[in-house]
Amino acid sequence: MRKLVWLAAAALAVLGAGAASAQQTPRKGGTIRMTAPYAASFGSLDAHTTPRAQDEIVGKSLNRTLYNWDSAANKLVLELATSVTASADGLVYTYKLRDDAYFHNGRKMTADDIIWSWTRIMDGSKGYPGARYIRLIKGAIAVEKGEAKEISGLKKIDDFTLEVTITDITDPGYYFFDGTTAILPKEEVEKGNFANNPVGLGPFKFKEHIPGSRVVLERFDKFYKPGKPYMDRIIVVLMAEAAARDVAFRNKEIDTSILGPAQYVAYRADPQLSKGILEVAEMFTRSMRMNPAFKPFSDKRVRQAINHAIDTDLIVKRLVKDKAYRATSWLPLSSPSFDKTIKPYAYDPEKAKKLLAEAGYPNGFEFEFTTSQNESWGLPIVEAMIPYLDKVGIKAKPKLIEVTVLTDTLIKGEFQAIISSSLTGPDSLAQLKCFHSKTPRTACNYVAFNNPAFDKLLDDAGQTTDNAKRIDLLRQANNLLYDEAPVWFFNYNKAVLAYQPWIHGLQANPTEITHQYAEDIWVDDKSPVK
Amino acid sequence: MLLVLARRLANVVPTLLAVIALIFLLFSVLPGSFISGMSEEGRTIDPAVMERMRKEMGLDDPLPTRFAKYVAHIAMGDLGTSFRTREPVTKLIGVRVWPSLKLVFAAMTFAVCVGVTLGFFAALKPGSLLDTASMVGAISGLSLSQFWFGLMLMYLFALKLQWLPSFGYGDGGLSHIILPAVALGVGPMALLARTTRAAVLDVLNADFVRTARSKGMSERRVVEWHVLRNALVLVVTIVGLQFGSLMGQAVVVEKLFAWPGVGSLMVDSVFQRDVPAVQGCILMIVLFFLAINTLVDIAYVVIDPRIRYR
Repeated sequence: MRKLVWLAAAALAVLGAGAASAQQTPRKGGTIRMTAPYAASFGSLDAHTTPRAQDEIVGKSLNRTLYNWDSAANKLVLELATSVTASADGLVYTYKLRDDAYFHNGRKMTADDIIWSWTRIMDGSKGYPGARYIRLIKGAIAVEKGEAKEISGLKKIDDFTLEVTITDITDPGYYFFDGTTAILPKEEVEKGNFANNPVGLGPFKFKEHIPGSRVVLERFDKFYKPGKPYMDRIIVVLMAEAAARDVAFRNKEIDTSILGPAQYVAYRADPQLSKGILEVAEMFTRSMRMNPAFKPFSDKRVRQAINHAIDTDLIVKRLVKDKAYRATSWLPLSSPSFDKTIKPYAYDPEKAKKLLAEAGYPNGFEFEFTTSQNESWGLPIVEAMIPYLDKVGIKAKPKLIEVTVLTDTLIKGEFQAIISSSLTGPDSLAQLKCFHSKTPRTACNYVAFNNPAFDKLLDDAGQTTDNAKRIDLLRQANNLLYDEAPVWFFNYNKAVLAYQPWIHGLQANPTEITHQYAEDIWVDDKSPVK
Repeated sequence: MLLVLARRLANVVPTLLAVIALIFLLFSVLPGSFISGMSEEGRTIDPAVMERMRKEMGLDDPLPTRFAKYVAHIAMGDLGTSFRTREPVTKLIGVRVWPSLKLVFAAMTFAVCVGVTLGFFAALKPGSLLDTASMVGAISGLSLSQFWFGLMLMYLFALKLQWLPSFGYGDGGLSHIILPAVALGVGPMALLARTTRAAVLDVLNADFVRTARSKGMSERRVVEWHVLRNALVLVVTIVGLQFGSLMGQAVVVEKLFAWPGVGSLMVDSVFQRDVPAVQGCILMIVLFFLAINTLVDIAYVVIDPRIRYR
């Protein structure tokens, strides 16, 4: 109940912030100083070459994709097209493209640009990360393998009409909203040195990049949304150190800052700073995966017992400082297939002991618990779990590894139990496929989950063109995962962005809160940057 | 002098080769790879793409083949291509060298000016209040964590006093460099203060100083002509060693102050297993260290002609 109240309050706070902004008239001009907090440098400004969240912070202002994520409506929307029609079998999509979208070099975007950009991504000699999305288009794999020069599923009807044939029944928006599928101008890319002189379709154009320090973007006057963008300039400052960000934010040297658990508590307690906090339940689920190759974890009752043995609510409250939402199952709160009627596993050590005894482990067992140092889903959490597990007779021996090594460990299955964070949205079907028996461990089925009933639900969901039916099938699959408990369901990340009082129009983007559609942001005249 | 230079340079070659081999081996045995590291927080990379990238980056080649290629490329001045940015590592490091050098020079200037002055005057009046205070300060400076001290500087001079910006490179001007330079220079400053004091005290008690005094030479002249010059050899040694190693030590300060130097590039590259970039950064730092040491060796000869090399 308390959680619900808190969730409602958070939602109201976010809505309230948006409403307050909406009541004022956006001011033209000004500069925002955003922060890129995930590393001390950018990987690349060529959107096709980098899947990193850090690079996408700049990419969101510089580039555009066919679809975008509408944070207010919590759904995908067309961005570079004005309308789309789907064939009856759900495999052919015809897009009416915008005829008012210009690249920063002044040239108008046409269907050829989309075809060229997506064909570039499928260049088999390069490892472009967006290939995983474009592969959905018929004939894309042939290009990737070097068997064809053109993607057969891409057909230009005219300059502003594009027909796309896909191979699976799914919403293509989930594939073509990712930043790695951005539409870029061929002539600029082929000039060479594109990563240092990026040109896109976004509301801001590239001005300057001082590696390791900042990227500066300037307003693009020919952007296709009338009256937008509002601001003259965006400065994206690289600041990987949380403590330094905190000082800079309090000193009004930056306008936005992502907060960790400790800062979240301090900012909420501060009467001034607490007025500028944007929160959202991001699409990340933190969990402890249990490898069924380790005999005790092959028994569902043991996995359920672990979910009952730990007081997860208390860990979320005390250790994560409420900077997370208690996880019920795999899909996040924002998923349409999230079942609000399901209650999280209750903290019940007696029930845990009973389940362990039924599974043949009345005296518990010992396992190796692989973890990274991460403060929100790493060693501190493991240390808090150990006494709870000990109480029901299970001994956990932590094994510390570097975050960089986590994926390798998961792919190789070299763990008995491992705690990590997983992207679980926005495409619920794609994310649940990580538990499909046909999905290899190298893709994402790290616990080699194998359940025929689950497979069938997913297969059916992948075949239907009825959206309501698909949502329901995925809801059932998610509930089945809840019951099978292949993981200890820990939390859904609550992303928190602090912003200065003169900043308006920020969006609570659940796919990644630092990814802002900058054309909607405006800065009032109280900003110290003139 | 030329002979000294030639001998030093001849020593540099095997050192460099050993460093190159060590860096290469170290990163070959480290767990994790750039490609798996791209799967940040559950944003998984497609296995087919991973496989293609491994091939493109030559990560599937046997270790000896990769090492041979690496050495051959270095011999031609090519440090390879960054996994992360897909740009030549030389270009990547090139834009970071100047900010790093600026920071190191500024930190060393601070360390020499404050450290040598404090140590010198403390030695002239041993046991005085100045001596005690400066030595307490020096020990504190040696014990301080750069990270903590940097944060305190930010808090005091940026947030409370509002005198200086708390972070960043800005337009490369003086105001942005002061805090990181002080944070980086405080350790060498403390060491220099203690070393200068010890060196000056040592010379002050030497026979030739006593002789100079007994000949009626004024105290000021004794200090200027005999003490300073003789104490300088040890001080220059410490300055050289510290100068050389500051480029490597700058890692923490650069990251804290969002300073776009080689150190912050190296940290990022380590975390993302961008091996060519890390190797390039380390090589650059080692080269800097060796260059400074060579200069110090030459400085010995200039300062004290008694020092001869066979």
